[in-house]
Amino acid sequence: MEGKASLVNTHKILMKGLETIMNPKKFALLFVTLTMMLILYACGGGEQKTGETGEQKAPETTGPVTQIDSATAATITGKVTYEGEKPKPIQIRMDAEAACAALHKEPVYAQQVVVNGNNALQYVFVYVKEGLGDKNFEISKEPVVLDQKGCMYHPHVFGVQTGQHLKVLNSDPTTHNIHPVPANNREWNKSMSPGVTPLEQTFPREEIMIPVKCNVHPWMKSYIGVVKHPFFAVSKEDGTFEIKGLPPGDYTIEAWHEKLGTSTQKVTVGPKETKSVDFTFKAAAVIS
Amino acid sequence: MVTEAPRNTNPSPPAPLPGGEGGQRPGEGIARLNASFCCSELGINSSVSGATWLHRFALVATFCTFVLIIAGALVTGNEAGLAVPDWPLSYGSLMPPMVGGIRYEHGHRMIAGFVGLLTTVLAFWLWRRESRRSVRMLGFIALGAVVAQGILGGITVLFFLPTIISVSHACLAQAFFCLMVSLTLVTSPGWRQGVRQLEARGNSFFQRLCAFTTGFIYLQLILGAALRHSRSGIVFHLVGALVVTVLVMLVVTRVLRYYPDVSSLFRAALVLSILLLAQLFLGMGSYLMRLAARQDVQPALAMVTITTAHVAVGALVLVTSLILTLQSYRVLPQANKMRRFSAAPQKVAL
Repeated sequence: MEGKASLVNTHKILMKGLETIMNPKKFALLFVTLTMMLILYACGGGEQKTGETGEQKAPETTGPVTQIDSATAATITGKVTYEGEKPKPIQIRMDAEAACAALHKEPVYAQQVVVNGNNALQYVFVYVKEGLGDKNFEISKEPVVLDQKGCMYHPHVFGVQTGQHLKVLNSDPTTHNIHPVPANNREWNKSMSPGVTPLEQTFPREEIMIPVKCNVHPWMKSYIGVVKHPFFAVSKEDGTFEIKGLPPGDYTIEAWHEKLGTSTQKVTVGPKETKSVDFTFKAAAVIS
Repeated sequence: MVTEAPRNTNPSPPAPLPGGEGGQRPGEGIARLNASFCCSELGINSSVSGATWLHRFALVATFCTFVLIIAGALVTGNEAGLAVPDWPLSYGSLMPPMVGGIRYEHGHRMIAGFVGLLTTVLAFWLWRRESRRSVRMLGFIALGAVVAQGILGGITVLFFLPTIISVSHACLAQAFFCLMVSLTLVTSPGWRQGVRQLEARGNSFFQRLCAFTTGFIYLQLILGAALRHSRSGIVFHLVGALVVTVLVMLVVTRVLRYYPDVSSLFRAALVLSILLLAQLFLGMGSYLMRLAARQDVQPALAMVTITTAHVAVGALVLVTSLILTLQSYRVLPQANKMRRFSAAPQKVAL
């Protein structure tokens, strides 16, 4: 009986509350206010984007170029390994796109976490994060090439200097769009038909990392590390990397992985010295 | 020289009362009112078939709008929003290669173009043939909405899916669907014909409750769109679902209690409760699917299907609640502006 009485009371309170709110004027005011709040909330809830429409940060400063002295240049080498149970490879379904499926006789797997023999972790971007100060280095005249081949990006992870040309090819017999989604550079989205003239673009600001995607083929993903200097590398199939030509000094080296996050280490290198810096990523660190 | 098409120049005999509407609830102090009135007052001209064709056309346009909402949900679900980088053309042409995500994005554009065409024809048809000024205006509001929707769609592509524009695009889509459903309803022969009106205690509260519920469902759809486009705000959406469920339960309970014989209200309430139940299950399914698919490299078919169904059923919940609201204002007398759409029947006390 008590339960029924409390239910009736709740119902009465609810109805009274609704009666109060549902005054047409109050309701219209409430509706407009809530709608505006929700739209503003939605606006703030997403990823903040800068780009053509957003606020542009000041471009990188330019100054005298620091020449690399090969007589004293040091080298950092190392290996990236994965600790824990190897993740199961995720097969990509290309069946929705006949032109892509026809390019592969074997199943194609996602490159997000690639662990090879001896737990070698591939596609880790390793770069000098701190220690170079405001030094400017010569920008390589050679463009970095990103190819769309077999409906996959080649390479999957790579680095480019600020201002260095990125040359995008489409070697596939199908149409792609290439769409980098930067936070600190201008966003762009270009269509690339089969056999189209290669596209060249540059990124003026440092950014770790810029995701690149093809919205036509949603499995296609690549990541670009944009840094001011040439001291970066990507771990190879055997997990090794090498950063050459580094001026002697104290550095913070960072390793970045698209799913496993980042890891940093400090290192000091003397003239002509080669030092080894190894990184280990744990399975539990997988981020969505 | 511009000449206006004749409207309702031939008064017709009173239309027969439909049997389905009305009924007396003992103990509720209901006074049945006669609803005899002239067809001329209801905007029915001599060309009944013309009005029927207009309604059918509105129905087709509304159905296409629903298909358009599904197509839009498929674009978002398949992450194909930017598969076509240019606008208004697609890859510089009207018909790009329909591969991968282009299929969804350009397909959405084609359906949108068709709906835009249908809405334009409908608006001008209403302008020429419809006697009720408010309905004619509604036609042009729908036309304005579809144009604005197209522009929002273009902006969202050219500016790389800014969240506020994408959410606004999704919300205006639902508002446009409501406009089309309203137009279909008010041009229907049943709406144009006379209706027995019931005067019972609590009409005003019930009507406002229906309107409030419809408004809140719309807010809930905004929350859903915000969640879908910004991947944040699940708690608000869940709270919204709870509030909508309570409101719909109140509406349905009142229909069952006070107006079980009013077929238009009863049917709408029944459909609304079924749709809401389906929507709650689809919402749970979408959330669980999204959790399970966090590591996926591409949108899974099951996830796309269930999230698209969630969007589509959400739209149906909204318009069913809207229909219930409009019917409540039509069937239950209440001095308000809503009745302008039904050209206020004359009431004669028995």
